[in-house]
Amino acid sequence: MSSTTAEKKPRLTTSAMIASIASEGQKVQAAPFGKALVEYAASHPEVVGLTADLAKYTDLHLFAQAYPERFFQMGMAEQLLMGAAGGMAKEGLVPFATTYAVFGTRRAYDFIHQVIAEENLNVKICCALPGLTTGYGPSHQATEDLAMMRGIPGLTIVDPCDALDIAQAVPQIAAHKGPVYMRLLRGQVPMVLDEIEGYRFELGKAKLLRDGGDVLVISSGILTMRALEVAQDLAADNVGVAVLHCPTIKPLDEAAILEAVRYKHRLVVVAENHSVIGGLGEAVASTLLRHRVQPAGFLLAGLPDAFLDAGALPTLHDRYGISRSVLGARIKAWLA
Amino acid sequence: MGEVQGQGYIGQALGWADVLAVAYGHALKLRPADPEWEGRDRFLLSHGHYAIAHYAALIEAGVIPESELDSYGSDDSRLPMSGMATYTPGMEMSGGSLGQGLVIGVGMALALRLKGNPAFVYNSMSDGELDEGSTWEAAMGAAHHGLGNLICLVDINNQQADGPSGKVMGFEPLHDKWAAFGWHVQRVDGNDLPAVLAAFDTARALTEAKPRVILCDTLMGKGVPFLEQREKNHFIRVDPPEWQQALAILDQNQPQGALA
Repeated sequence: MSSTTAEKKPRLTTSAMIASIASEGQKVQAAPFGKALVEYAASHPEVVGLTADLAKYTDLHLFAQAYPERFFQMGMAEQLLMGAAGGMAKEGLVPFATTYAVFGTRRAYDFIHQVIAEENLNVKICCALPGLTTGYGPSHQATEDLAMMRGIPGLTIVDPCDALDIAQAVPQIAAHKGPVYMRLLRGQVPMVLDEIEGYRFELGKAKLLRDGGDVLVISSGILTMRALEVAQDLAADNVGVAVLHCPTIKPLDEAAILEAVRYKHRLVVVAENHSVIGGLGEAVASTLLRHRVQPAGFLLAGLPDAFLDAGALPTLHDRYGISRSVLGARIKAWLA
Repeated sequence: MGEVQGQGYIGQALGWADVLAVAYGHALKLRPADPEWEGRDRFLLSHGHYAIAHYAALIEAGVIPESELDSYGSDDSRLPMSGMATYTPGMEMSGGSLGQGLVIGVGMALALRLKGNPAFVYNSMSDGELDEGSTWEAAMGAAHHGLGNLICLVDINNQQADGPSGKVMGFEPLHDKWAAFGWHVQRVDGNDLPAVLAAFDTARALTEAKPRVILCDTLMGKGVPFLEQREKNHFIRVDPPEWQQALAILDQNQPQGALA
């Protein structure tokens, strides 16, 4: 036994929750959310920040340092967090409420639904560790947050790809009148979209990041970063991959999706860092069916409808099909 | 209003009427013609099903016209069975998902303090809401932030949907619990107008930077003997002739000048 261990791949370990999702050597930017919020709040005194004992882990600590009188610690009490944010919005403030996505959505759902959304209050809910971005298992993996949030009428939902998306989204969601749920990437956040000429985050808009004749990947969040990598890999095999980035999950940019799908690719892939139940994939499928658009092939590349394993993120991304190599292999296998 | 529907949360409404009378007849700073006046005291009806009583108070205060009474609970009415902010002038929140008023109150009180607005936030809630974890999250948060502008009113009528509150989920000793959470606590007979009035005055006059709670023991159906004695149902059905009898008794026993 021991003689063969040296030849095996080293067993990866679950890294700390605050570990970056960036791959080695990737260009990153630190705390884009915190920095953008501090900048926006400088000229917007109505912006306040609240958290449920996770300021440091949502990059809200930068806001707390810059504007201590406008920062409110709510303790590890998510129902209070959402309810108090609603109360502040009733008084004309623009509260940014942060925690992890699992706690913000699963534990405080009724407070988002009834206190915030039913009265269309101006609360911005920004939640870290979306989808499979931690190896801590289902207690910390928010694999169904989009499904839950999509069911709430009038709630705008944003799933940014990288540091650039986040930096540009912050002032836009702050200026938007009404409740917003944004999936948050924190810490050392990959910077990817600055390589796309002319790209700008626009709330409510999907953007075609690259063209290609064989496959169309419709994606959001960090899976857009994966899609761009896969497109690069497949180009080497003469497979053309277009990537349509949909950072706003609700309201969905249906016109852009229908337009892109009508190019008649052999395969349409929806890639998302979320369960295949109730996320972008089903939203796109419903859009296409309602408009009688039938792609030649349709692949849901999301996380399985299951409680996912604990472990190292690279292992888990491979296991559940959202790593660069496995996503690329799945698409190639479908085309073969 | 209840007559329109033939039923309703009549028992709770009668039991809580004295507290609402003190709130709207004595304590609250309001401009009836301008329900969103920035200087107003905020009154949150967390137990949205008490709306039938709250509408009566809003009518007495002149915020909504008496002519709308007959529309209560009917299609397209501004007076739905469970109170909602989006329907009714003067209704500060959409209640009814119990346990939400106090967390909202914490946020409003923090915001008012930040804005330098001296108004009070009142949260009106039922004893059943003491079962909700969010109530105690808010109780901790309010004390932690030293919210001297937050006053919580708890209706202790000892009746929940499934039976007496103490049997559904025992909540005593309430005075000690709230005090241990860092609140200034008063417990009064919620149907003793002078006592309730004095409790409101005490809560408002305190200078301590801590939230205040007034625990009000009330009697469901108060003021109408045949409803007071009726088996304590969460949702009382009242037969048609009984409405007139109840009104006659209430008119006859109207308190004289208690709030003058």
